[in-house]
Amino acid sequence: MHDVINLTHLQRLEAEAIHIMREVVTQADKPVMLYSVGKDSAVMLHLAKKAFYPAPPPFPLLHVDTTWKFRDMYALRDKAARNAGMQLLVHQNPDAVRQGINPFEHGGLHTDMWKTEGLKQALDLHGFDAAFGGARRDEEKSRAKERIFSFRTASHRWDPKNQRPELWRTYNARKNKGESMRVFPLSNWTELDIWQYIHLENIEIVPLYYADERPTVVRDGLLLMVDDDRFAFADGEKPEMRSIRFRTLGCYPLTGAVESRAKTLPEIIQEMLLTTTSERQGRAIDHDQAASMEKKKQEGYF
Amino acid sequence: MTDIYKTDALIAEDIDKYLETHQHKTMLRFITCGSVDDGKSTLIGRLLYDSKMIFEDQLATLEADSKRVGTQGEGIDFALLVDGLAAEREQGITIDVAYRFFATEKRKFIVADTPGHEQYTRNMITGASTADLAVILIDARKGILTQTRRHSYLAHLIGIRHIVLAVNKMDLVDYDRAVFDRIVTEYREFAASIGITEFTPVPISGLAGDNITTRSDNTSWYDGPVLLEHLETVELNQTAEQLKPFRMPVQWVSRPNLDFRGFAGTIATGQVRVGDDVRVLPSGKTTTISRIVTMDGDLDVAVAGQAVTLCFADEIDCSRGQIIAAAQNPVEVADQFEATIIWMEDEDMIPGRAYWLKIGPQTVSAVVAQPKYQININTMEHLACKTLDLNAIGVATLTTDREIPFEPYIQSRDLGGFILIDKMTNRTVGAGLLNFALRRAQNIHWQATDISREHHAGMKNQKPLVLWMTGLSGSGKSTIANLVEKKLARMNRHTFLLDGDNVRHGLNKDLGFTEADRVENIRRVGEVAKLMADAGLIVITAFISPFRSERDMVRAMLPAGEFIEVFVDTPLEEAEKRDVKGLYAKARAGQLKNFTGIDSPYEAPDAPEVRIDTTRMTPDAAADLIISKLIP
Repeated sequence: MHDVINLTHLQRLEAEAIHIMREVVTQADKPVMLYSVGKDSAVMLHLAKKAFYPAPPPFPLLHVDTTWKFRDMYALRDKAARNAGMQLLVHQNPDAVRQGINPFEHGGLHTDMWKTEGLKQALDLHGFDAAFGGARRDEEKSRAKERIFSFRTASHRWDPKNQRPELWRTYNARKNKGESMRVFPLSNWTELDIWQYIHLENIEIVPLYYADERPTVVRDGLLLMVDDDRFAFADGEKPEMRSIRFRTLGCYPLTGAVESRAKTLPEIIQEMLLTTTSERQGRAIDHDQAASMEKKKQEGYF
Repeated sequence: MTDIYKTDALIAEDIDKYLETHQHKTMLRFITCGSVDDGKSTLIGRLLYDSKMIFEDQLATLEADSKRVGTQGEGIDFALLVDGLAAEREQGITIDVAYRFFATEKRKFIVADTPGHEQYTRNMITGASTADLAVILIDARKGILTQTRRHSYLAHLIGIRHIVLAVNKMDLVDYDRAVFDRIVTEYREFAASIGITEFTPVPISGLAGDNITTRSDNTSWYDGPVLLEHLETVELNQTAEQLKPFRMPVQWVSRPNLDFRGFAGTIATGQVRVGDDVRVLPSGKTTTISRIVTMDGDLDVAVAGQAVTLCFADEIDCSRGQIIAAAQNPVEVADQFEATIIWMEDEDMIPGRAYWLKIGPQTVSAVVAQPKYQININTMEHLACKTLDLNAIGVATLTTDREIPFEPYIQSRDLGGFILIDKMTNRTVGAGLLNFALRRAQNIHWQATDISREHHAGMKNQKPLVLWMTGLSGSGKSTIANLVEKKLARMNRHTFLLDGDNVRHGLNKDLGFTEADRVENIRRVGEVAKLMADAGLIVITAFISPFRSERDMVRAMLPAGEFIEVFVDTPLEEAEKRDVKGLYAKARAGQLKNFTGIDSPYEAPDAPEVRIDTTRMTPDAAADLIISKLIP
């Protein structure tokens, strides 16, 4: 008998994600990968390339755009899709475009219309029946209970009480007409796993994850970056240069930065390990109410 | 902090070295079993807390929540960290499987946190299905309870090889060695009786932190491992899996261009090397591995747990669901099994109904017979039963519609574990373990008869058919069927009419009207109709046959084109208005149970060969329409 080769935790997580993606493409009629340009999306895209190599991933990328992402994100999005040889679909909710929905004036409506409604529209528009998402179970308590293959009703609702049992690595992807599934290949990854994997595999990520001098404003306890001239200043506010980086990326007026000097991946990981605030703290969206994410998910938020 | 977490200094001083160490960590998945009062959530909360997986903002929330709804007065209630969804938090119990993550220097851990009550057996089975190890929690004050036995049995059943008996709340029994020893002795006796030969007992206190990450001074009499130390060093399943023969179920065939043909999958057991001889099951064809392809370059060897793409030296057929195995040590192929079934759906299992069975990447149609027995999961007694209800575990014969490659569950979870899916709702309704193949199908060979069914049909100068009338009670099935038979007889056709009411006086007089009995009723009628069709007859049946899956089952028994589904479409109100037999009145009055259309569903055909709208057509015209479809 040959020597046992111990797989590392990252090798096992990688294999699990690849296994999941292959199960989806063989069972779904029209899969798509949601691509938000963040670090989790970057890892997910990298894994998709591995899963189907030497073929390109047999599905398109979909970016549900809010028009309020950081400029660096748009640049990397187009480049990454091109490099992967995949089709990139961009959807902007036309109602939100028309009404000029923005994070400065519309609060919770911004997320609801651009992201939640936008996502539903895009899935319905193209008739996608399976959508990969980069959510991880360690991000938030309600996600800890969500299945890897997570079903949505025809109206895209998630029912936490009515989830299918998920045993071994045997995934039931059968669905009824109108139903769709969200599939989370990174469910069992932690933030540290993601960073370590990016480091090991040399995956390109948005430069905003690395510290640099950037124009900032402090508002409601969040350190915001002034990314373009649409930033609505309050009375007396003016941008100040600070060395900052982002632990998570979203709409720039809603995403808090941290002050940092970490310019390399090991430095970022070092800072993360020594730091004391959890990742979603930088996102204004979760502070709305206790159990807010659970509620959003039931309504169809990814 | 403790030795295990001395890493802070290294992170600050030499992050590259730290990363190097942590890239070589292995991963252990385990499950914690215990009920609400055993301190399960507290234990997990403490493991997260001690391994610094809790950040300051979460800690602030935790402290606030602890004061508001916690059970520890001013102290931190660790349980609040892991009790997830809002509704459950209010009830104070966890009711699903939640996964938690933490890591030490040596390993990353995934904890499946599942509820302990008997009504959540399916959740525990789900969490246990991917675990290497189970931590069975016991309250030291209470000792071994029914639930301890249940959890141990389930963990063992699902194939967990490492059991930790965590005797919790030792602080509440003054760290008394005698209490611990008594519990361990009693557990040993029980464990042996259900086949658990080894387990690791640890005296702990989740609340006080004894023997969880560090050795406690309070239990100086204890010289075994502390909990985390054991979790960090116990042998992983993936190690054991690699020592078994090579098997890989094929998930996906990769054909990006004419020059490349690869078979993608996750290796279930063993190792594979370039040059190895392999056999593809069920075809039995052999070839040699020419390449092991990954995006990071070709490999010389790949092992259990890796997701790879294999290329063959020869062009042999191989598709999704087939298994590539070591040529000299292939897997079995069979279509009838003894299986242990865990039922996971609110509605009872229906013996005789066809479900989708998914085993690895393969999906086939399968029928479960009436269980041989159900297992009382608290006492392990075998009980007689007719079906399985939610959370019931039983042993039954299972028949698939084609031969599938497999291994007994005890040898491979991947190749012997399956799920059952309802064909109508697509829900996962059960899980099962293939215990062994039943050779019966191969022992009772089909007797080859010299007079073939074609010969029978030829003598009668007709094509055998089964005309299957389905519709509500009182829809007009029997009337139309009778007319069809008379007209066919006039045309010198050899026919036979099987009527629902008549069959229930003889062949099926032992059956009632429950869902399970209705399924069996139709199965028998289907088999009889098939025999008659083999004899060359045109068979006409008139049964309500309310369930689509049973009608499809009969359709599948017959050669293509010989099953003609006739939907006698009469709306409920119309059938009820006619009420020729007075049955609707009785059902409405509550004197008849399980009456189709009233308190039992009717599933209309999706695409019947013939549809008769009795509100717009006389029975005679209906009979002519049917015959015109049969004899063009």
